[in-house]
Amino acid sequence: MKEAIASTGATVSMVFVPPAFVADAILEAADAGIELAVIITEGAPVRDMQRSKAYATKKGMKTIGPNCPGIITAEECKIGIMPGAIFKKGSIGLISKSGTLTYEGANQVCKEGFGISTAIGIGGDPIIGLSYKELLAMFEEDSQTEAIVMIGEIGGDLEIQAAQFIKEHISKPIVAFIAGQSAPKGKRMGHAGAIVSGSSCTAQEKMSALALVGVHVVKSPAQIGKKVAEVLNK
Amino acid sequence: MNIHEYQAKEIFNRYYVSTPRGYVASSVEEAVANAQKLGGSLWVVKAQIHAGGRGLGGGVKLARSIEEVREYAQALLGSHLITHQTTAEGTLVQKLYIEEGVEIADEFYLGIVLDRAQEMPVIMASREGGMEIEKIAHETPEKIIKVTIDPFIGFQPYHGRELAFGLKLPKEEMSRFSAFAKALYEAYRENDASMVEINPLVRTKSGVFVALDGKMSFDDNALFRHPEIVAMRDYSEENPIEREASEYGLSYVKLNGNVGCMVNGAGLAMGTMDIIDYMGGEPANFLDVGGGANASTVAKGFEIILKDPNVKSIFVNIFGGIVRCDRIANGILEATKMVNVHVPVIVRLDGTNAKEAVEILKNANIKNIISATNLSDGAQKAVAAAKGALV
Repeated sequence: MKEAIASTGATVSMVFVPPAFVADAILEAADAGIELAVIITEGAPVRDMQRSKAYATKKGMKTIGPNCPGIITAEECKIGIMPGAIFKKGSIGLISKSGTLTYEGANQVCKEGFGISTAIGIGGDPIIGLSYKELLAMFEEDSQTEAIVMIGEIGGDLEIQAAQFIKEHISKPIVAFIAGQSAPKGKRMGHAGAIVSGSSCTAQEKMSALALVGVHVVKSPAQIGKKVAEVLNK
Repeated sequence: MNIHEYQAKEIFNRYYVSTPRGYVASSVEEAVANAQKLGGSLWVVKAQIHAGGRGLGGGVKLARSIEEVREYAQALLGSHLITHQTTAEGTLVQKLYIEEGVEIADEFYLGIVLDRAQEMPVIMASREGGMEIEKIAHETPEKIIKVTIDPFIGFQPYHGRELAFGLKLPKEEMSRFSAFAKALYEAYRENDASMVEINPLVRTKSGVFVALDGKMSFDDNALFRHPEIVAMRDYSEENPIEREASEYGLSYVKLNGNVGCMVNGAGLAMGTMDIIDYMGGEPANFLDVGGGANASTVAKGFEIILKDPNVKSIFVNIFGGIVRCDRIANGILEATKMVNVHVPVIVRLDGTNAKEAVEILKNANIKNIISATNLSDGAQKAVAAAKGALV
């Protein structure tokens, strides 16, 4: 890795290695002075991600993923596995936990005559790199971005934290969809999982938290593009 | 992955997390023999199923004689135990755990789980042992003491003191409790557990901390480095169709509706269920074909969806990134040869090689296969087809 950086000046590492080797790849990149690691691999152990993300943070390296399609700035730069052709250049930023819903959202936005500034799949694992909060802040600063699409899903409470952050820091319009409204309660053995946050964080709870801070929440995933158009053409 | 109480206690014992002595039994005779081997005059007969709430469900019995052990074993083995975590039919009891009775002085709760916000394991302890911990967390969260452990420093003596002070333990018990919590943390960490829970953890009248119950579940992504834990997997606790699906790399969950779904990606799969619901239909299943979908996995997907007699239509919703739509289209054709696809199949393919895929399906010209132009069109057609309307 150090040799590669010395001869190319690379600042980003994209991680595709099998799950067992993900932590090693992240640690090596962080140690070599890489600025951003995009981790595509699905199935990395949680314990490995804990250690390697903590080390990356200590070394000042940002991470995206794991288990994600990566990041794309439309028609400029793609670090990931998404079908690049559907991402037409435009002014909508997109953040999504789900890979295929990233494509779905971007495709709808473009079909409505808008385009994508940058789209990021953050992954839905228990431990992830850049999340809604950090990315929303970047989009707020980004002069190429006029509005933001945020796609979440059940589990964890990142969307709830994002709602709080939006209230205080984000002025650009946001359209959101939360997947899993019709999902039955998860099969679970113990009780420990739901205790930490004190709430089970259903799709409905996330949707209300976002709506409360002025986010345009849609119920159907087919309304993402239309809602963006409605908000921007107002 | 989940394991049984007796298996969790096997792991506990390897880490010097004390438990009552006990033996597992698969027959009434074995249960009686175990009780005789344990000796004493008080035994606990415990049904071994994964679901929680066994005590309230009648799956844990206190026996004061060998005869009572025999009676309880006879009643429990082969019965279906119903708790608030099982299905309405309950779970078949195939194994019992026979344990020595313990004289309880005090009850606690002790659990470890990942705190997603802090990205570290959090140890939770409470004096309200034996109670429903979810209820305590909701109603009186101040009664739960939480200590997060930075994996870079591990469990330190001060973590133990924080827990012990929080539980208001007398001074002479603090170091014993701390050692117990540390041992449990090691069992959690080294085995890549996603959850470990002892409810109740008891202090006996002789002042020893003992795990009266034990629950453990594991990070599926880390099982590759724990063959000894994989060996503990009890397939009879899993839904046979969901298990078959997982062998083919498909993630399948059966639901109660009549619109079958085949989708790539968990988020889009949930979104597809949501839009079916939104359009007045009911999804029959969650099915994520994953990133490596090909013709044979798609064919298997059809086979699994059609095992559910409620299914009246199938919505195939694929947005190809690394998954190539032409491969999915060929899979659909393959499936119609291998499986009797007797319900309308609405196909929406977008993304990588979608044009080629649409051509493949058009040229094949199969009666039951209907193309959709986008997500909303596909969902609408699938819901209509399930209701028997022509599409």
